[in-house]
Amino acid sequence: MTRRMRAIALESALPVLLVVVWWAASADSESIYFPPLREIVATFADVWLFDRVASDLIPSLIRFTAGFVVAVAGGVGLGLLIGLSPLLRRATDPLVDFLRTLPKPAIIPPAILFLGAGASMKVFIIAFGAIWPVLLNTVDGVRGVDPGTLDMARVYGLRRGERIRRVVLPAATPQIFAGGRLALAIALILMVVSEMVASTNGLGYFVLLSQQTFAIPEMWSGILLLGLIGYLFNGIFVLAERRALRWHRGWRAAALGQPVEAGAATTRPRALVAPGG
Amino acid sequence: MLEVTQLTKTYGRGASAVQAVGNLTFRVAPGEFVCIVGQSGCGKTTLLKCLSGLIPPTSGTAVLQGQVIDRPPDKLALVFQEYSRSLLPWMTVRANVTLPLRSKGIDSARREDLAEEALTAVGLSGFFDRYPWQLSGGMQQRVAIARALAYQPEILLMDEPFASVDAQTRADLEDLVLRLRDEFDVTVLFVTHDIDEAIYLSDRVIVLTPPPTRVREVVDVNLPRPRDQIETKGLPAFTRLRAHVFELIKREPAGSAGDEVLSDQHAT
Repeated sequence: MTRRMRAIALESALPVLLVVVWWAASADSESIYFPPLREIVATFADVWLFDRVASDLIPSLIRFTAGFVVAVAGGVGLGLLIGLSPLLRRATDPLVDFLRTLPKPAIIPPAILFLGAGASMKVFIIAFGAIWPVLLNTVDGVRGVDPGTLDMARVYGLRRGERIRRVVLPAATPQIFAGGRLALAIALILMVVSEMVASTNGLGYFVLLSQQTFAIPEMWSGILLLGLIGYLFNGIFVLAERRALRWHRGWRAAALGQPVEAGAATTRPRALVAPGG
Repeated sequence: MLEVTQLTKTYGRGASAVQAVGNLTFRVAPGEFVCIVGQSGCGKTTLLKCLSGLIPPTSGTAVLQGQVIDRPPDKLALVFQEYSRSLLPWMTVRANVTLPLRSKGIDSARREDLAEEALTAVGLSGFFDRYPWQLSGGMQQRVAIARALAYQPEILLMDEPFASVDAQTRADLEDLVLRLRDEFDVTVLFVTHDIDEAIYLSDRVIVLTPPPTRVREVVDVNLPRPRDQIETKGLPAFTRLRAHVFELIKREPAGSAGDEVLSDQHAT
């Protein structure tokens, strides 16, 4: 228990220190651009408890969630198809490489033409940007299933559907989750970008509007909220991953010859990419 | 039961073709325990893949109970050498054993019964809800054996199943397999490179030549049953059989073609 507390103390020391330094250094600030943290926090409470929750926060969260879910579902589905068929993989390889390296904000203008400036355009942009890491990782995961494991499934007469559902897909989950974590960060970025370009509400819209109307503490409060949302979602994702991949940690620990205990978390997975970047 | 007739398997074509199995013919009678021995690299694994319907032979046939094996037969179960790859780490021991039974159309209550019976028979009654990676290597191979038995096969193929466990565990597992063979009334075809193991377990030992693989000799093992690790292995007949099989395996193939094969093996 004391070890756990020491770990928490160690991890929170730097953020707490930074907030304290920011608070002290900005306390007497006269700059319009860098108002005192005290003022930003007060504005944050004013704006986000709970004035603009319904008008800006909720719409943003809905778009983000919808886009992320579509990206994960589409990425896993297409990834399975492509991963299982060498022919399809060769046929789609160049297209996938082209689309995934295309800078996603560039397709906002045509997306507005076809889908308008509403929620469907934003969900499309988010999903289109976030699908690639999930798709590529699913393909890799599916192709990486141990041939010995597949032989076993065939000898024991598992039907195709069962092979995919109970053997191939679970074997690929560690990679699918790694792709999902990247997708989460991308989805958040594209949520903000799409709201800055064409929107009448949402967090991205709010931050840009505040800047344009010289409501600087409001601008900072929006950025603060975006950071917190990213941190929170990443935390939720890590928790889900730890639950779903408990077997994987145990299996890897056993393979490395470390002692294995039921339910013991041997390592703590870390975020690959800080969200909101 | 199982009839293998002039079975060959060649990988590749033309000049780069490699003959992994060159013309094998043998039979396994119902209830028999037959071991196949040969040096490593003599195509034992390829043979088992053909027999379990994973790959088609280049020529010849394998017939199981009157049916040509052209896909995995549902009367056949296979225990793989590498339990760590054949057991699914995301499933509990129980789920690993019941998984193949779903495809057989067995209802869920019966699946549980079969799994519990098989797991109890291999001595894992307290471990139903563990994960494979929480068990020792020997116990994991017991799970794999239980999965094979719960599948209710007529014939059980085993591909060097005890090659990666320690000696003591190996002896225990050998005795376990002999006991289960009687209990579940199953025919066993057991592949190994360990001569002692082959003689200790089997009714007949099929000795293979180095590639291109053929049957060198089929050795009858008329040792009394039940077998016992100390008593059986101490019998003069056991020692004689051991020396005989050893000699068969070590003997240089006759003719220059054989010599080439042998020198190839040394080179690699």
